[in-house]
Amino acid sequence: MPGPPGTPVSTRKERTLTAFLLRRVLQAIIVILIVTVITFALLRAIPGNVAIAVLGPTAYRNPATIAHFNAEYGFNKPWFDQYFLWLGHLLQGNLGYSWKLNQSVASLLGSHVPKTLILGGISTILALLVAIPIGVWQAVRRNRAVDYTFTAFSFLFYAAPSFFVGTVLIMVFSDKMHIFGAEGPQGGVVNDLTDWKDMTLPVVTLALITFALFSRYMRSSMLDNITEDYVRTARAKGAPERRVLIRHVLRNSLIPIATLVGLNLPVIAAGALITESVFNYPGVGYLFFQSALNQDYPVLLGILIVVAIATVIGSLLADIAYAVLDPRVRYVRS
Amino acid sequence: MTTPPSPSEPLAPGLGTIVPEQAPGEVAPGGVPEGKARSLFVRGLEVFLENKLAIVGVAILVAMVLFCYIGPLLYHTDQVHVHLANEDLAPGAGHPLGTDSSGYDVLGRLMAGGQVSLEVGLAAGFLATVLGTVWGAVAGYAGGIVDAVMMRLVDAMLAIPTLFLALVVVSMFPATETELIIVVALTSWLTTSRLIRGEALSLRVRDYVQAMKVMGGGGTRAVFRHIAPNAVGTIIVNATFQVADAILLVVALSYLGLGVQPPKTDWGGMLSNGVQYTYDGYWWLIYPAGICIVLVVIAINFIGDALRDAFEVRLQRR
Repeated sequence: MPGPPGTPVSTRKERTLTAFLLRRVLQAIIVILIVTVITFALLRAIPGNVAIAVLGPTAYRNPATIAHFNAEYGFNKPWFDQYFLWLGHLLQGNLGYSWKLNQSVASLLGSHVPKTLILGGISTILALLVAIPIGVWQAVRRNRAVDYTFTAFSFLFYAAPSFFVGTVLIMVFSDKMHIFGAEGPQGGVVNDLTDWKDMTLPVVTLALITFALFSRYMRSSMLDNITEDYVRTARAKGAPERRVLIRHVLRNSLIPIATLVGLNLPVIAAGALITESVFNYPGVGYLFFQSALNQDYPVLLGILIVVAIATVIGSLLADIAYAVLDPRVRYVRS
Repeated sequence: MTTPPSPSEPLAPGLGTIVPEQAPGEVAPGGVPEGKARSLFVRGLEVFLENKLAIVGVAILVAMVLFCYIGPLLYHTDQVHVHLANEDLAPGAGHPLGTDSSGYDVLGRLMAGGQVSLEVGLAAGFLATVLGTVWGAVAGYAGGIVDAVMMRLVDAMLAIPTLFLALVVVSMFPATETELIIVVALTSWLTTSRLIRGEALSLRVRDYVQAMKVMGGGGTRAVFRHIAPNAVGTIIVNATFQVADAILLVVALSYLGLGVQPPKTDWGGMLSNGVQYTYDGYWWLIYPAGICIVLVVIAINFIGDALRDAFEVRLQRR
C-alpha cells in the first residue's frame, strides 16, 4: 500500500493518477464523438429516401411536399451541416423521432431502459454471487473434480447460444413443470420485482451467460494471486490458510472482477437483446429487435448511441476503479 | 509446460527465434518454417496432440463436417420444396428426427443448415482475422498519430456491441450468405486488431525489422513480411475463436429472423422455426439444432485453447 496521503511521494502519485484519469476521460469523449460519426454514417447509408419512408410510398407524386420535408428536417443541406445539426440535437438529449411508433426515441427509451436495467442488474448480481465463491472453490481445488466440473459448465454456457438456453429453460420449467412463466413481466419496474414467477427465467438465462465468464475470470485471478510473494509471506508469518485465502488472495483477486463488470456491459447488452426477445420482455433489447424487424432506423440508431455511450462510460469506470483499487497501478504510472 | 527440450533444439535463449534464420518470403502464412524452427513446430504439434480436449475437439469437428457434407450424399432429402402434408411429424420411420413446419426432414435439414453455419462462420472468421491483422499490424508499425487515429476508431466500434451493429446493418440490407459473411467480418475484426497491434508494437523495434528499414525496406514489406508472419501464433489462435464467435453471431442473427432467408437455412434459422412450437412439445425442432451449435462451438474452443498452448511452447523457445 502507498504511504498516507500528504507525504511528498504520495502527492506525486496522486498527481499522476489525476493526469491519468483526465487523459482517460478525454479519450472517452473522443471515442464517443467517433461513435456519433459512425452512427451518422449508418444513418446516411440507409437505403431509400427518408421523406418517402415517412410520407408514404405515394409521396413521390408530390415533389413539393418532399422538398418541404427535406428543408424542414435539413436533408437538403450538405452532409457535414446535417451531422452538426444532428449532433446539436443529440447534445440537447434529442435522440430522434420514431415516425413508425409516432413517439420520440427519448420517451421510448424512458419506458424501456429501466426494465433492462432491472433485468441486467439482478442477473449480474446473481451471477457474481454464484461465480465468485465457485471461482474461489475451483482455484483452491484446482485440477480436481470440482474444478473440472465447473470448467465444463462454463465452457458449455459459453458455447450455448442464450436463445437455446432460454428455450430449453422454458420447455423444462414452464411447459413441463409449470413452475415459472414463459413470458417476462409486461408491466412497469415494480411489476418486475414482485412477479418473480415470470421474472425468474429471463434473469437466470442472462445470468448464465455472464456466470460462465465471471467464474473463469475469478478462478484465474485467484490462481494468479496465490503464487504472489505476499501470499508466501503471509503463510510464512503463520497466518492460517483460511485467513490467507480470504484476507489476501480473495481481496486482491476481486479487483479484476470489479473492472470486468464495467467492461462487461456490451456482453450484457447483447445478452439482454436475445433474452428479452426470447421472453417478450419489453426492455431496450426487445425494442431494438422489434425496430430492426420494422426497419425503424431512428430508434435503432438512438439505442446504438445510448448503448455505446454506456459502454464507454462502463470501461472508463472500470479503468478508474482499477487505478483506485490497485495501488500497484499508481506505481507503474509514476 | 515443463517438458524438457529435445536435443535437436537450441538451448541458448534467442537462438530459436524463427524469423532471422530465413529469408523473408520463405514462410507462407501459417506455414512450417524450415530448419531448427521446424522442431519447434513438431514440438508444438506434440503439445497439441497431448491435449485430450483438443483431440475431442478435432474429432467432433471432423464428425460434423462429414455429417454436413458427406451425409446428404448418403441420406437424400428434399430441402427445397415445401410439403405441408408432412408438417411437424414426430421422429419415426422415414424421418429419424421428424419434420418441421414446412415438411422438411429435420435430419436432412441439419446437414444443409450445418453447411451454411459452418461456411459462413469459417469465411467470416477468416475475413475478420485478415482485416484485424492488417489493421492492427499497420497501426502498430506506423505508431504515433496514425496509430492513435486507427485505434480510436477501433475503440469506438468496440463500444457498439457487435450484435447491435450487425443487426442494424442486416436490417438495412436483406441478408444473403455473402452479405452475412461481410457484415459479421466487418463487425468482429476489432479484438484481433488490438491483439496484433500489441504484437506489432513489440516487433517493430526488433533488430531485424530495424535492419530491413536501414536497407530501405518500406512499411508494406515490414507489415506483410515481418510483422504478420511473426505474429502467426497469435493470429491462428485468434482466428479459431473468431470462427466460433462468427458461428454464434450468424446463428443469433438467423434466430432473430434476419439471417439466411428460406428455403435456405442454418442452425439458428432452424431453432427460430422450432421455438414457435415450444408449447406443442416438438422437441425435435429445438434440441438437434441447438446441440449441433453447442458441439461445434465447444469443439472449436477446445482446439483454440490447445493451439494457444502449442504456440506458447514455441514462444518459450524464443
